Amino acid sequence: MPGGILLKNGRVIDPVNGIDQIQDVLIAEGKISAVAQPGTISGQTAGLVYDLAGKWVVPGLIDMHVHLREPGQEYKETIATGTLAAAAGGFTAVAAMPNTKPVNDNQAVTMFILAKAAEAGFARVYPVGAISSGSNGEHLAEFGELRQAGAVAVTDDGLPVGNSQLMRRALEYASNHDLLVISHAEELSLSRSGAMNHGALATRLGLGGIPHVAEEIMVYRDLALAEFTRRPIHIAHVSTRESLALIRRAKEKGVAVTAETAPHYFTLTEMAVDGYNTLAKMNPPLRTEADVAAVREALRDGTLDAIATDHAPHDEIDKDMEFDLAANGIIGLETAVPLTLRLVREKHFDPRRMVELLSVNPARILGVEGGTLSVGVPADITVIDPEKRFVFTEEIIQSKSRNSPFLGWELQGRAVLTIMAGRITWRQEGDFR
Amino acid sequence: MNPEYRFSHKHVLGLADFSPEDIQAVLQTAESFKEISSRAIKKVPTLRGKTIINFFFEPSTRTRLSFEVAAKRMSADTFNISNSGSSTVKGETLIDTARNLTAMNPDCIILRHPLSGSARLLADHINASVINAGDGTHEHPSQGLLDLMTVREAKGRIAGLKIAIIGDIAHSRVAHSNIIGFSKMGASVAVSGPATLIPPGIEELGATVSRTVMKAVEGADVIMALRIQKERQQDPLFPSLREYAKFFGVSQKVMNVASPEAIIMHPGPINRGVELDPKLADGSRSLILEQVTNGVAVRMALLYLIMGGD
Repeated sequence: MPGGILLKNGRVIDPVNGIDQIQDVLIAEGKISAVAQPGTISGQTAGLVYDLAGKWVVPGLIDMHVHLREPGQEYKETIATGTLAAAAGGFTAVAAMPNTKPVNDNQAVTMFILAKAAEAGFARVYPVGAISSGSNGEHLAEFGELRQAGAVAVTDDGLPVGNSQLMRRALEYASNHDLLVISHAEELSLSRSGAMNHGALATRLGLGGIPHVAEEIMVYRDLALAEFTRRPIHIAHVSTRESLALIRRAKEKGVAVTAETAPHYFTLTEMAVDGYNTLAKMNPPLRTEADVAAVREALRDGTLDAIATDHAPHDEIDKDMEFDLAANGIIGLETAVPLTLRLVREKHFDPRRMVELLSVNPARILGVEGGTLSVGVPADITVIDPEKRFVFTEEIIQSKSRNSPFLGWELQGRAVLTIMAGRITWRQEGDFR
Repeated sequence: MNPEYRFSHKHVLGLADFSPEDIQAVLQTAESFKEISSRAIKKVPTLRGKTIINFFFEPSTRTRLSFEVAAKRMSADTFNISNSGSSTVKGETLIDTARNLTAMNPDCIILRHPLSGSARLLADHINASVINAGDGTHEHPSQGLLDLMTVREAKGRIAGLKIAIIGDIAHSRVAHSNIIGFSKMGASVAVSGPATLIPPGIEELGATVSRTVMKAVEGADVIMALRIQKERQQDPLFPSLREYAKFFGVSQKVMNVASPEAIIMHPGPINRGVELDPKLADGSRSLILEQVTNGVAVRMALLYLIMGGD
């Protein structure tokens, strides 16, 4: 980009470098070339100058858990639409879960995903391979070739690894290829007949319940295996109070565990399901007030390392039906920033912690670039207007799907400028000329 | 009843939506209609020209026939669709099927469906009235109403009675509607059964849970045994039908601790010798066939109130 971009007068929040103050940031040749006191960088060297007074300038956000649906379910999302939704939500990188059709259990699918992502150019895509071939829970996928092709982690997400020996072997073998193992923690024999959280509301609605222990039993198993194999494990979409207690205790013991939750688990309770609202149907299911409170606390105290959206696009034909038959999951890329900012405004944690949860830690856990605004690194930058109010409507959604329980919500705070490798991937119209 | 009161529901999706006055109105109307069924010419012209579709996704003999008899005694035109004969087996969704039905301008659709919430889903997508004839494990409001009518007839009141419901509370939409209906009308409801079949939070619908059948039935005025669904055996809910009958079946021994005038009810069909001793089912305290008779009257009342009221 000739001349580069100068971001003036923004509040730069860069936890890795211990910066939280008004600074100017200069981007040149796709990299961060200077971070300095306001007014000390000449605008003449930049082709584009943005005055970001009142806005936050943070390392590009990284969503370590998204479903891009391509290949196989392009009617729900494509890599192009999913990464555009990521850019619109302030993300410069996403980790793509392997439950595509076919499953990303081999190098060909991984390379296809990377080629499509490069073609679209809206966000970095880090493919996550399958733990087992076809995610059928029987044989290990070819981790070595997955890694060579560009995968950064493995998981059978969407399904648990029911066989404990297979999970143990995955943890052991992943070490040869420097792959992170991500656990979708669910004991299927307890959850299979359920459609929402176990409890009085499920009884009233006549829906099968998924007990919280279905998650916790598997969280405990995977923590035990990680400790036994002395290998790192990452627990995806943690939703219950007791899962968090288990993770907290494992961390205290020195087990190499990291964990994420999703914005819906700190924003909504199972009450959102009342009236058979399939837009609030997800797996793990929305839980109780006590669980929401525990998730918020765990984000603050470090038990949880990351906020990931579990962006799960579904077309109306997968949602507009009987509750038991409706697909699990919601889109999340375009609501993560405002929903996390609610917690910042409510003083659960500060803006610096928000940046850790949405950028610094995901980069560290996945072992990828990003998470800093150090001079010389690729210029992946997100500009957030923390005050900006907007109503989340179908019209503004960039994802191909619209399955969100937050439709119609008035939200506050939004990514207004997203820059990936020095290139603008999203600019909120009306905020800049 | 409040003279201002007017039954104003378009749909009958569950007793959770009904006020005590609504229930009262249905029971009074049903009581006045009951006599029609004992006439030589069992037909009134009240719903002439109305089109009613029985849309049954689950096998049902008694409920479907009861609705059809009720509709015909009110001179409505009725049509039956069952799962195997409908386009749903060809992949059409419930909503699409509903829209197609709407295009034929029915006045009322009576839905029986294996999934909870389906009646509400249908009601949200069509213009016609919807009567829930049982949706999954959620509600079966017309059954709840006919049970209320049967008890009121036999006992002269509902308020202050003790109702014991025994068996598979978790999977029984009949139990759910009855717990809601009886507690709304001032009765106390005690439930008991294997702990595996008592769902969480059932107290919030208005029931108290007893660990033993004897405790639930103690002093009860009404004992309702629920059908054990033999097809649920893939989930290890109880060891055997034999053991179920021994510990949770309603027997003479159980009846001995109930009120001396206690009545026995069952929503049918009965597994004789499992949830209910056959001698009791056929005995003088059994109102099981009266329930069936009242079912027609209650369904006539519901059809009248949602379609013929003005």
